[in-house]
Amino acid sequence: MEEFAALLDALVYTTSRNRKLALIAAYLRAAPDPDRGWALAALTDGLDFPAVKSNTIRTLMKERVDEVLWALSRDFVGDTAETASLLWPEPEEPAPQVDLPLAEVVARLAALTRSTAPKELPGLLDRLDSKGRYALIKLATGGMRVGISARLAKTAFAQAFAVSVEEVEEYWHALTPPYAELFAWGADGGAPPDLADTPHFRPFMLAHPLEDGEVDLADYAAEWKWDGIRVQLVRAGGETRVYSRSGDDISATFPELLQALPFDAVLDGELLVRGAAQGGEAGGAASFNALQQRLGRKTVSAKMLKESPAFVRLYDVLLAEGQDWREHPWKSRRATLESLMPRLPDTHFDLSALVEAEDFAALAAIRDTARDEAIEGLMLKHRMSPYVAGRKAALWYKWKRDPLLIDCVLMYAQRGSGKRSSFYSDYTFGCWAGDPDAGAELLPVGKAYSGFTDEELKKLDRFVRQNTLNRFGPVREVKRELVFEVAFDSVHASKRHKSGLAMRFPRIHRIRWDKPAHEADRIEGLRALVKD
Amino acid sequence: MEQAAHLSRSLTMTAPFSWIRPEPWGIHIVPADIWVDPSRPVPRALVTHGHADHARGGHGETIATPATLAIMELRYNTRDGAVAAAYGETIGLGGGVSATFIPAGHVLGSAQVLLEHAGERVVITGDYKRAPDPTCAPFQVTPCDIFITEATFGLPVFTHPPIAEEIGKLLTARAENPDACVLVGAYALGKAQRVIAELRAAGHTDTIWLHGAMEAMCRLYEDHGVALGDLRLVSDAPSKDAMRGAVIVAPPSALNDRWSRRLPDPVTAMASGWMRVRGRARQRGVELPLIISDHADWNELTRTIREVNPQETWITHGREEALLRWCQLNQRRARALALVGYEDEDD
Repeated sequence: MEEFAALLDALVYTTSRNRKLALIAAYLRAAPDPDRGWALAALTDGLDFPAVKSNTIRTLMKERVDEVLWALSRDFVGDTAETASLLWPEPEEPAPQVDLPLAEVVARLAALTRSTAPKELPGLLDRLDSKGRYALIKLATGGMRVGISARLAKTAFAQAFAVSVEEVEEYWHALTPPYAELFAWGADGGAPPDLADTPHFRPFMLAHPLEDGEVDLADYAAEWKWDGIRVQLVRAGGETRVYSRSGDDISATFPELLQALPFDAVLDGELLVRGAAQGGEAGGAASFNALQQRLGRKTVSAKMLKESPAFVRLYDVLLAEGQDWREHPWKSRRATLESLMPRLPDTHFDLSALVEAEDFAALAAIRDTARDEAIEGLMLKHRMSPYVAGRKAALWYKWKRDPLLIDCVLMYAQRGSGKRSSFYSDYTFGCWAGDPDAGAELLPVGKAYSGFTDEELKKLDRFVRQNTLNRFGPVREVKRELVFEVAFDSVHASKRHKSGLAMRFPRIHRIRWDKPAHEADRIEGLRALVKD
Repeated sequence: MEQAAHLSRSLTMTAPFSWIRPEPWGIHIVPADIWVDPSRPVPRALVTHGHADHARGGHGETIATPATLAIMELRYNTRDGAVAAAYGETIGLGGGVSATFIPAGHVLGSAQVLLEHAGERVVITGDYKRAPDPTCAPFQVTPCDIFITEATFGLPVFTHPPIAEEIGKLLTARAENPDACVLVGAYALGKAQRVIAELRAAGHTDTIWLHGAMEAMCRLYEDHGVALGDLRLVSDAPSKDAMRGAVIVAPPSALNDRWSRRLPDPVTAMASGWMRVRGRARQRGVELPLIISDHADWNELTRTIREVNPQETWITHGREEALLRWCQLNQRRARALALVGYEDEDD
């Protein structure tokens, strides 16, 4: 545990990617099995201890520290685990100085239930110093936030044992912590893990944004970028699974898809729900808003299955007919996919159509006229591109349509967390409910915490501190003075907000230090953009 | 009507402690018409210590310790209106008010001010700490009726470890990086000299390299009897190589500045009480956080209130809500003053 805590602490304070890789690699080489496997799982957010949540920690702390002092501290530090690690009272009698192996800690955490956790955790915390407590709470509650991605951890594994990261990625999703087979192969020179007949996830191929340039349509095919969720449908050994972009198994949320694939294959597509409300092609898809009603559910009602059935609009094929197609160029995969379509039920599958255009300018014109709610823009795929994990330059581009813009007024600001702790970095803004010069009020329409530079964040933070009207815990209400030009992808009716509107992907486009607040937009203007 | 107004005014003047009045830009001693650490120019000011947010220029008369006056002269290039008050010396301010400067242990020359009027005693701490510091006189507990305290680190998460541990971390990092250097961000007045003096006390006798902005203040400390050993300016280094394996001290603003490119692969350290919180270190790109502060931590603040044991505690600046809460939980009368202009300096 001590070594792992030291690793976490070192990672927090290391900014250079190479130094982070070196730190993780050194740990993976030195630590014993299965500790290093558990550490790798922790660094890639692969551990879940359902009995320990952030709230468990808060409850423990409130039994030990005054509630107000806890709240003020948590608010300042911006991280529950760190605040608890700093405020945990040192035990009166020093605990035994024996370091617990990480595997032992994991086993103890896994054995906890909701009722035993509050009794058992204090004993573990008492044995550790503040660094160790931080590591333990992070481990137990998940979400390390030490500025490393799963990809970086896998790269470190590859670096530690001189194997290829692509191969690590390939095995990764078929294995579970503590990844014994992975270490047996990578670290100990054993045979690669046997993955036949397991319906496991393969890393998605992703696209770069097309910023200013053009592409030659002789080399690139265009298709719509549908506004659903990207999924991978896998059938192996007769079992079907649905995976989200991050590799999460979301099969239970979409049971109607689990019997739909009649043969073993790995397919890439956009998950959408059927919708009548909007135009588009026959048998078209509803907006993202409609799909959202179905996301994140563990069980689905019969009513929901009937009213918003899901289907997959297919983009690509990775495996089919007993063959791995990923090395083949896009045009061959596309032909294979087209040949598979007749064998797929059209109730659950269709093919993402290609968008034909004379030249790039004509394609641009098509993109600009398409304001269909289910379309985010265009995808441009190199006809010769193999299917490779992650974002590779010049193979695939996403060419999103320009965002919608509206001028809003800053109303509330909330303190951020992590790297932004103690900065007011989350902004709630509103539009005028009528004529501001005739006394109309602002109604909140959205919240954003991105789209500005670190320098701008400092200026915004200063503005918030100097123009505070009221404080509500971590939130400050500010004078209605500062105008944000807010960019967003679409706006929908919503019962959750007082304004009756919800924006999709709002972000700060520009800070209009120059613009008087009464010249910001009115709510009618935003309402006129609602499409569903 | 006029008489009633006069009557009510004279009543206010004789109410307990009505002679001392907190205003947004400083604490006003009414009968003497003199201000403590005012954030704007006034005819007469008492200044507790030389940090810029407490020691502003442009006052008609400035009463402070000799070292604080020297620091102000260095910064503002003038001694006009300077009135020196030695530690322990009681001076009359007029209007029946006397003041005594008492060491606060914050930086060289820093003082608490004991104010006495009509048998009532008020202590204003300015900034202070209780941890030992070889560069300044230690804080003295002074009994009083009203204790006006700072609260920069007034949250229970802030506990500053013994400085020897932090200096040990710094020396370890230096030893582990013989081909690089350790660049320590430290506030130019007080923190920098304390870090250097503690390094010397830990047996580090090598040359310590300084950013140019540190030079004058280090010399001032040495003139006041604080030995800092062999110091040289980075701008005088014959080559990058001359600084390999060395400790370099610079103001925090220089850490991520172009200036630091002239250094050999610096490991970025920062000496500050804020380094207790990981997010604060990450915001500044600090790789080696050194929790070294010239302010009282939570335990020092609460211990000091207990030891001084005043009738009432007033809290000037910092995390006043939490300290107020602590006073409430411990059945102590307290109030927060809404003063403006004091900053969370790079301490």
